[in-house]
Amino acid sequence: MENNLYGLLVEFETPTELVDAAIRVRDAGYRNTDAFSPFPIHSIDEALGIKRSILPYLCFAGGILGLVSGIGLQYFVHVIDYPIIVGGRPHLSLPAMIPPAYELTILFTAFTAVFGMLFLNGLPRPHHPLFNVPRFGLATREKFFLLIESTDEVFEYDKTRNFLEGLEGQQEVFDVPE
Amino acid sequence: MALKEKEKKAIVTTAIDPDELREMHRRLVPAMVEGDHTFGTVSDKIGDLTLKKKTPFHWFIGVAIAFCIAQLLLFTTIWLLLKGIGIWGTNQPAGWAFPIINFVWWIGIGHAGTLISAILLLLNQKWRTSINRFAEAMTLFAVANAAIFPLVHTGRPWLAAYWLFPIPNVMGIWPQFRSPLIWDVFAVSTYATVSLLFWYIGLIPDLATLRDRAKNPYFKFVYSIFSWGWRGSARHWHRYELAYLILAGISTPLVLSVHSLVSLDFAVSQIPGWHATFFPPYFVAGAIYAGFAMVLILCIPLRHLYNMKDFITHTHLVFMGKVMMATGFIVVYSYAMEAFFGWYGASQYEWFMIKNRIWEGPYFFMYWLLILCNGVSIQFLWFKRFRESELALFIVSIVVSIGMWLERFVIIVTSLHRDFLPSSWGMYSPTVFDITMFVGTLGFFFTLIFLFVRFLPVISIFEVRTLLPSANVHGHSEDFEENVNEVEYTYDRTDPPNAD
Repeated sequence: MENNLYGLLVEFETPTELVDAAIRVRDAGYRNTDAFSPFPIHSIDEALGIKRSILPYLCFAGGILGLVSGIGLQYFVHVIDYPIIVGGRPHLSLPAMIPPAYELTILFTAFTAVFGMLFLNGLPRPHHPLFNVPRFGLATREKFFLLIESTDEVFEYDKTRNFLEGLEGQQEVFDVPE
Repeated sequence: MALKEKEKKAIVTTAIDPDELREMHRRLVPAMVEGDHTFGTVSDKIGDLTLKKKTPFHWFIGVAIAFCIAQLLLFTTIWLLLKGIGIWGTNQPAGWAFPIINFVWWIGIGHAGTLISAILLLLNQKWRTSINRFAEAMTLFAVANAAIFPLVHTGRPWLAAYWLFPIPNVMGIWPQFRSPLIWDVFAVSTYATVSLLFWYIGLIPDLATLRDRAKNPYFKFVYSIFSWGWRGSARHWHRYELAYLILAGISTPLVLSVHSLVSLDFAVSQIPGWHATFFPPYFVAGAIYAGFAMVLILCIPLRHLYNMKDFITHTHLVFMGKVMMATGFIVVYSYAMEAFFGWYGASQYEWFMIKNRIWEGPYFFMYWLLILCNGVSIQFLWFKRFRESELALFIVSIVVSIGMWLERFVIIVTSLHRDFLPSSWGMYSPTVFDITMFVGTLGFFFTLIFLFVRFLPVISIFEVRTLLPSANVHGHSEDFEENVNEVEYTYDRTDPPNAD
């Protein structure tokens, strides 16, 4: 059992119980943990010790890249590749270049936000050990789950299972096979 | 809600009955979800619309009618590609007529979706939650319809790609980036893409809900693919919320820029009636006005036919009515300013344009119809009786939609048909193909809306869950009532009316 065990999953009825349990699990020294809920719970980040993601910085970089590509594209087209005088304006008419560059800034930021989020989350991942627990389907509906992975340094099957069964409000503890 | 000892001592123990407090709260903060709902019933009620085996009969009737009307668009487009754009009434002097009116009308309608999903999110308006999903869908479908018009207006859409986008080609030439028309291409295509991303990212957790509930293996498979294996992990939610917030943050300047750039298509030109600096805010307000009207047109039947009154409550309708009123007044103010500038600007061409538009010209009745639809109709919403009546809101919304179409007609056709030189004056009238094309896009739009309602969750399930009282995480081992009272009393102590 323990050899091909991904972790132990425990079910809760309310978000409050989940957050309380997450704090206890962290206090007990577990680090390879995760919580699952049908909607985002803000206090869970602190309870599980989730660090702020680097996603905003990636998005900023994406935005800058968009801006540079917008200006660069127009510079290449109107100054380098095909310079042509229109309405007596200079080849490099920066004010007129603002709208496309502005839109590309937004476009690149949006792509970075969405695909960066999915990439950092390790998605797409249609098969995951957790899906082996039939009850876990309720995590997207109404139930709250807390997971301790078997890779955790403090993880010992019997001890951890007893600990989880002693948590306030727990409904059931599941073995999650690999 | 751990208070320091000192603060605890300072808490004034006045006797406020918790029930009374809750009643006060209920009156001040209107309910966004009505009825007794749990996380499970919310998921079932919204999810069952798509997962239930039996499709309601009215859906088949609706989609059949809409799909038949959409065929007008198909036939007109094919005929247009065979014959050229001469089948339209669009000709000198009105070289921009129905296609551009319809383009601006559709793209304007899209704006409410982004406003609801992005700007109201940043402003922390909870009432956006149950209407954002289909408002975003409406945005996408409206933008798709809008894009058809300029594309086919080029006559040869397969060549238009080289004129619209900077694609290297054998002639070695590029689009002219100094032109507002190219700005428009960038604005609209970015808008369509970002709206799609915003809508899709919101759908991922809900598709996972449907995946876990679906019994039909084919549906389950499709929902599995499109939910990317979402499992509701706290780490995922953390990044998800950041991404959602960033998208909202950048969609806000985006949505304001799109109709601004559309308005520059006109404002950068010299034509009297177009050449006006106040066009960008005027167009943006008009877009939101038209968009909210369309959201109301869609959500009033939806909440009845699908019994969604618990989620799209009366409060939502009243709020949308109020937004319509506010933007409607900005629009009416713009009409007044437009006329004022025409006179005050002391340019004979501008003043002629105003006279021609309002009382001397052959299209003066269009202007007064516009004032009737956009200016007069919303005055009814001053009265609570009308504002709270669904029928009144529905009728006003339809009238406003017509009014916003007339506004674009007045701006485009009456400005173009008589410009500087009387020798180049003319009249414009649409042909049957102009009309079939426009009506066809309405059919296409409603076909897409019907399909959306059938196959995807129309209301954001996970966001509605967060509105339920049970979604709040209470302080540890402390009673909820205690917390409420503590907050109230602490507030009283730290922020007294007379601080000295």
